[in-house]
Amino acid sequence: MSEMTQTAAKPRIERSATASRTYAIFLIIGLVALILAPMFFYPIFLMKLLCFALFACAFNLLLGYTGLLSFGHATFFGGAAYFTAHVVKEWGFPPELGILTGVVGAALLGLIMGFFAIRRQGIYFAMITLALSQMFFFFCLQAKFTEGEDGIQSVPRGHLFGFIDLSGSTNMYYFVLAVFLIGMVIIWRFINSPFGMILRSIRENEPRAISLGYSVARYKLGAFVMSAALAGLAGGLKALVFQFATLTDVAWQMSGEVILMTLLGGIGTLIGPIFGAGLVVTLQNYLATSQFPVTIVTGVIFMVCVLVFRRGIIGEFYASRLGRKLGFEHRR
Amino acid sequence: MAVAATAKQEEPRVVLSARGLSKSFGAFMAVKNVDLDVRHARVHALIGPNGAGKTTVFNLLTKFLQPTAGSITLLGTDITRTQPDRIARMGLVRSFQISAVFPHLTVLDNVRVALQRQSGLSTQFWLPVSSLDRLNARADELIESVGLKRERNALAADLSYGRKRVLEIATTLALDPKVLLLDEPMAGMGQEDIGTVSNIIREVAKTRAVLMVEHNLSVVADICHHVTVLQRGEILAEGDYATVSQDPRVRTAYMGTEEA
Repeated sequence: MSEMTQTAAKPRIERSATASRTYAIFLIIGLVALILAPMFFYPIFLMKLLCFALFACAFNLLLGYTGLLSFGHATFFGGAAYFTAHVVKEWGFPPELGILTGVVGAALLGLIMGFFAIRRQGIYFAMITLALSQMFFFFCLQAKFTEGEDGIQSVPRGHLFGFIDLSGSTNMYYFVLAVFLIGMVIIWRFINSPFGMILRSIRENEPRAISLGYSVARYKLGAFVMSAALAGLAGGLKALVFQFATLTDVAWQMSGEVILMTLLGGIGTLIGPIFGAGLVVTLQNYLATSQFPVTIVTGVIFMVCVLVFRRGIIGEFYASRLGRKLGFEHRR
Repeated sequence: MAVAATAKQEEPRVVLSARGLSKSFGAFMAVKNVDLDVRHARVHALIGPNGAGKTTVFNLLTKFLQPTAGSITLLGTDITRTQPDRIARMGLVRSFQISAVFPHLTVLDNVRVALQRQSGLSTQFWLPVSSLDRLNARADELIESVGLKRERNALAADLSYGRKRVLEIATTLALDPKVLLLDEPMAGMGQEDIGTVSNIIREVAKTRAVLMVEHNLSVVADICHHVTVLQRGEILAEGDYATVSQDPRVRTAYMGTEEA
């Protein structure tokens, strides 16, 4: 038996070397594609895509790396959009401070929601997050500063650091891209940190983690707040891109959409949700002008995904023969 | 420490004790009025037929279950109402009946997770995972001490059942516990692993208290200083193995399983 495990152990190390090489190549290709993309695609569409990609990755931090299915992430995304829009429009905050306000606001909301939800698991956890996000939805509907059904309109994009004019879409695109990349680096570092290691061990075997002396609830809360803050980063960004914040972003459908994006792309893969978000946003864009109802299409795709490729696009790719040859591995 | 000098002939000090411990699930009394004294540097076995409540006693002692009645004292502190993770930090660490490893982590990472907390490397979300490399020396020491050196970089899921249990003991020892609770550490092991684990337990018990649930009576006879026999949630007999195994009540309760 020990003979077998040793032979199993060897290729693992070699594989991780190939993996880091392929990762580097794919990373460079991805970056070049993102930098050149505005030459070929409509920038607003690309910015929308990046915002949702970041949102889905933030959500995946919780679902994929902590094993908690939140059904209330619209609160952080939409909440941050309102906070950013409000402080930028009414208080004249510069864009960077506006987004920071959104992030801090979302983190605080995450702390409150997480505090109540973290004590339960599975369906109860999902239901508590849903209930709290519905409460937040009605708060946004009634509160003065959100301007109710109208939403906060014509939010100025302002000047980044006081001198980069963001009103043009080229400048704005590269700003969004930079924020997106910073968000991704934060997520990557978070899951590959000592803290991330404990999160993984909790997901793998929670009673064992407790018996090793870890206060599991605190780690889960930490992940929840981090996920909320990053969802807030995406939401604040979106408010600046579209120059408005409305009830759509805090509605429960948004929480559902982000689950769909993450599932489609691949739960527990770092970049899967980017592709999931890309697919959903692209479909919505193309189908918006056709007669065909978007929800039916996304619904069918969702069912196909769950029935046929449960690992999601990227998860299936990692697990495929080609993916394994390139040195990827799918953990779950 | 001073106790050891003065009390050379006497039994070493009690580190974990339970008084009148009871647990009922609805009308069913799983554990009835159990008194238990676990002593430093002693291996204490908890034996009994299936369903006698051994695992429930473990869950009560480690606070994974809340007792219906009774009290528990660990190192002089009442822990009847303490949270399980807090108890682990106080030095009472348990293993589980079903092997408790982190399957998709390597052997090395399994041990490092256990080392992370005391080294203050568990909340840093901004540091790279390579910052954990400074735990490697201690982790390798532990891995080597249980004979898992060759499997160091293998996934825990790929280990044989016996090796998983050995790994679990290594992660438990990583916490440097004062009291070790092992739930059937030998279950499902081959003869070779049983020998290894027996030696490890004997070794660690030199400086710690060990309480273990065990079905393999030859192991109990071999390494345990003190035996408590449970039946239907109650203590049937207590004493060293020779005394207990001669007890007629124990013999009737245990007939058939002794041969296995």
